[in-house]
Amino acid sequence: MSSRERILGRVRRALADVPADEAPLVRGYLREHGRRSTAETVELLAENLADYRAIVHRSTDGQLPELLMRLLGEHGSGSVVVPPELPAYWLEAVDATRIHDRAANTPQELDRVDSVVTGCAVAVAETGTIVLDGSPDQGRRRITLVPDHHVCVVRVPDQVVSSVPQALERLDPTRPLTWISGPSATSDIELDRVEGVHGPRTLEVVLVEG
Amino acid sequence: MRVALFLTCVNDTLFPETGRAVVKLLTRLGVEVDFPMGQTCCGQAHYNTGYRHEAEPLARHFAEVFGEYDAIVTPSGSCGAMVRELYPRMGERARAEGRGDTLAATLAPVVPKTYELTEFLVDVLGVTDVGAYYPHTVTYHPTCHGLRSLGLGDRPRRLLEAVKGLALVELPGAEECCGFGGTFSVKNADVSAAMGADKVRNAESTGADVLCAADNSCLMHIGGTMTRLRTGMRPVHIAEILAGTEEAVTV
Amino acid sequence: MSGTFVGMPAFPEAARTAVRNPTLRGNLRHATHTIRDKRARAVAELDDWAALREAGKRIKDHTLRHLDRYLVQVEEAVTAAGGTVHWAADAQEANAIVARLVKETGESEVVKVKSMATQETGLNEALEAEGIRAYETDLAELIVQLGKDRPSHILVPAIHRNRGEIRDIFRSEMSEWGRPAPEGLTDTPAELAEAARLHLREKFLRARVGVSGANFMVAETGTLVVVESEGNGRMCLTLPETLISVVGIEKIVPKWQDLEVFLQTLPRSSTAERMNPYTSMWTGTTDEDGPRTFHLVLLDNGRTDTLADEVGRQALRCIRCSACLNVCPVYERAGGHAYGSVYPGPIGAILSPQLRGTGSEIDASLPYASSLCGACYEVCPVAIDIPEVLVHLRERVVQGGPAVRRGNRVVLKPARGHAAERAAMRAAQWAFTHPGALRTGQRLASRTRRLHPRTLPGPGRAWSGSRDLPEVPAEPFRDWWQRTRGGKDGAK
Repeated sequence: MSSRERILGRVRRALADVPADEAPLVRGYLREHGRRSTAETVELLAENLADYRAIVHRSTDGQLPELLMRLLGEHGSGSVVVPPELPAYWLEAVDATRIHDRAANTPQELDRVDSVVTGCAVAVAETGTIVLDGSPDQGRRRITLVPDHHVCVVRVPDQVVSSVPQALERLDPTRPLTWISGPSATSDIELDRVEGVHGPRTLEVVLVEG
Repeated sequence: MRVALFLTCVNDTLFPETGRAVVKLLTRLGVEVDFPMGQTCCGQAHYNTGYRHEAEPLARHFAEVFGEYDAIVTPSGSCGAMVRELYPRMGERARAEGRGDTLAATLAPVVPKTYELTEFLVDVLGVTDVGAYYPHTVTYHPTCHGLRSLGLGDRPRRLLEAVKGLALVELPGAEECCGFGGTFSVKNADVSAAMGADKVRNAESTGADVLCAADNSCLMHIGGTMTRLRTGMRPVHIAEILAGTEEAVTV
Repeated sequence: MSGTFVGMPAFPEAARTAVRNPTLRGNLRHATHTIRDKRARAVAELDDWAALREAGKRIKDHTLRHLDRYLVQVEEAVTAAGGTVHWAADAQEANAIVARLVKETGESEVVKVKSMATQETGLNEALEAEGIRAYETDLAELIVQLGKDRPSHILVPAIHRNRGEIRDIFRSEMSEWGRPAPEGLTDTPAELAEAARLHLREKFLRARVGVSGANFMVAETGTLVVVESEGNGRMCLTLPETLISVVGIEKIVPKWQDLEVFLQTLPRSSTAERMNPYTSMWTGTTDEDGPRTFHLVLLDNGRTDTLADEVGRQALRCIRCSACLNVCPVYERAGGHAYGSVYPGPIGAILSPQLRGTGSEIDASLPYASSLCGACYEVCPVAIDIPEVLVHLRERVVQGGPAVRRGNRVVLKPARGHAAERAAMRAAQWAFTHPGALRTGQRLASRTRRLHPRTLPGPGRAWSGSRDLPEVPAEPFRDWWQRTRGGKDGAK
């Protein structure tokens, strides 16, 4: 007998006492917490991102190229990874060397890059989370992991939801998903949170209107 | 209303003054209380140590002794929780073991009629000011089964706050277990003692002269630790505080 | 790791040593109290916490009662998405599968994400025996691995170490495993985290094989979920060419939507955050993004035996948040090592004796490692009634009875060493069903009370070693009641 058959057989025997009838699942919890206007939801996102040490910027679409230039400049970035379909005008003012996200890039090469700029799939206000789904404006998972500086552009209010349940509704499980809430951190020393371990130590989130 | 005092075997044997205080208090509040002489033990120690089958005759005996009363009042959160929370579970387990509904049916009548003392005072009698006088600084330790199994909430606190002359002070780490835990206190004596010592140090830090709780088993452990650590504090059951009056003090 | 637990002393002896270690007491007290208050605040932010907890419980119970169906479904979904599914009936089989898969890649080292399942199976030691070196990359796991230590907490395996001890371990051990600790390393947490970053960086960048567990597997989509903080998980899950995930069969949730419950309750219960820094979700393999090869090893190792116990099976709802450890007064004083298992604390006290059986001394002592205070049940985000299962397992220890071991129905004998207790319990049962006998005993105690010591010799020292005995009163209550007719005669 294979282990598959053995385990499934054990499960079936273990459940022999379970009655057939079962009450249907009642999801008595909330779809979102509290009532907010769209602007308030965006404000909450900004607050919660900042609470976990992400650096939050507000911008209009028109100001975006200049803001991104300034952020990369202030970080002293000589090179930046660019996802394949990042809107070209976002980086039109940036001088840094562009490294295109390609399958052939090695982790060591990415480790020598200073920054990465991406869009996102959705942002969750209640938890201060941005979610990447590998779309062409976000690129492969590793480009937002190995470089030490991640700038993520969120279109507000379109890409912002209030809650975790609303975020899951918008996401496609067949895509590789990365939920990011602040820069990398650890609670492993005396159960107290310290920012900055293996992932990007600086996370900047730009909330773009219009 | 026919009210029975379920004193518990520990109180009957070691802490009769708590029983006398409950009788005095309830009598003062106009409740005629009976003490069924057939009562012994609810079976909690057996059940919690793994002797559920040995606890069953005790539970049946309890149901037989107390079945005819309208309310069963006990000055013990853990024994109250045994009846209210664990008697139904014993019935379910017997059923699951293919022994039918007899045990569940026998125990069911006493379950909803059993009240911990402070519940009975606040919920059934509807009083929080029981006319007591107790001129001491007191800190209150909510015992685990009263707090988490019975959900006594702020009832004991409201009763204490209404006592004349009593200054109630906050106990740091109040909701943490004192470390008694029945047979835990001897099976894991070192951890139990460490928990007891921390509880006593927290109590001492309040400056109170009395630590009050609604369960003498926990107080026996805390009190035994207090005398061993030579603190000046005394453990006192809440019934004895609520039974106190100015006349009693002046006498 | 599991190997080092063999021959553990029973819980009370192990706890005695821990209680007398002031550094350990201080470290645990500091860490657990820090997280306790934070958890309470994080949970209080959600006014539907009780409903989330109830839904989490119901989803897990539903999954368990249809576990066969959902296992087959997850196998189909993972396979359809490009993964390969393996089944391991026990730890040995799981380790052998992983070792074979690693060897097939031609590699001799792997990077690991913190995983309770592979701790449980002792995977690192098994790989070592096959000439494969496993690098732990979670900070706390790294501290444990470098210190040749054992984990003592589910979430923070090095919780028993303070920052000074961690600095010393890094300074003396890092060079043995790769890049040494920076010169002049201090004990500030930020510097220690930086040292770990530098030490592990080279290992991540060159890794060809990653090994992980998973917090959840979604049956309908075949999606696996890893919840983490540091980014070491993302490194292991995305940079290597081959990913091997060893996951307990109880980690399934039926639907994608079900994640909305656990992604709210898990971070708040474990690290007391609204959301942990990183959560990775992947479904099979993705072209040109992440590992090209994905293997899922479904692990039984005592879980189906646990499932067969109608009271004990609720332990399989556990999502490994460790809130019960952080709130437990016994864990705080005894420390995690005393539990003799990778699963310490209240959940360990009900999980280990079910996964491993109650045959060993340590496993037979675990159900008693609790005062039954109920704080664990109160904070559990899937409402596992840990005190109920503890009492149930105590019954199994002292009374024996039917159980399932390795898939076979067996009748357990009562454990040895409980004969005197059993006799005492039966004697007490007799006295308590014969009120006259009880009364005779009470009167005897009262009449001889002047002779009673305040401390006891022999086994009684377990009580009186630290506590005085109460004085026996002059008469039991029932005598007073009868003598005074309930005080009506006015007598005192």
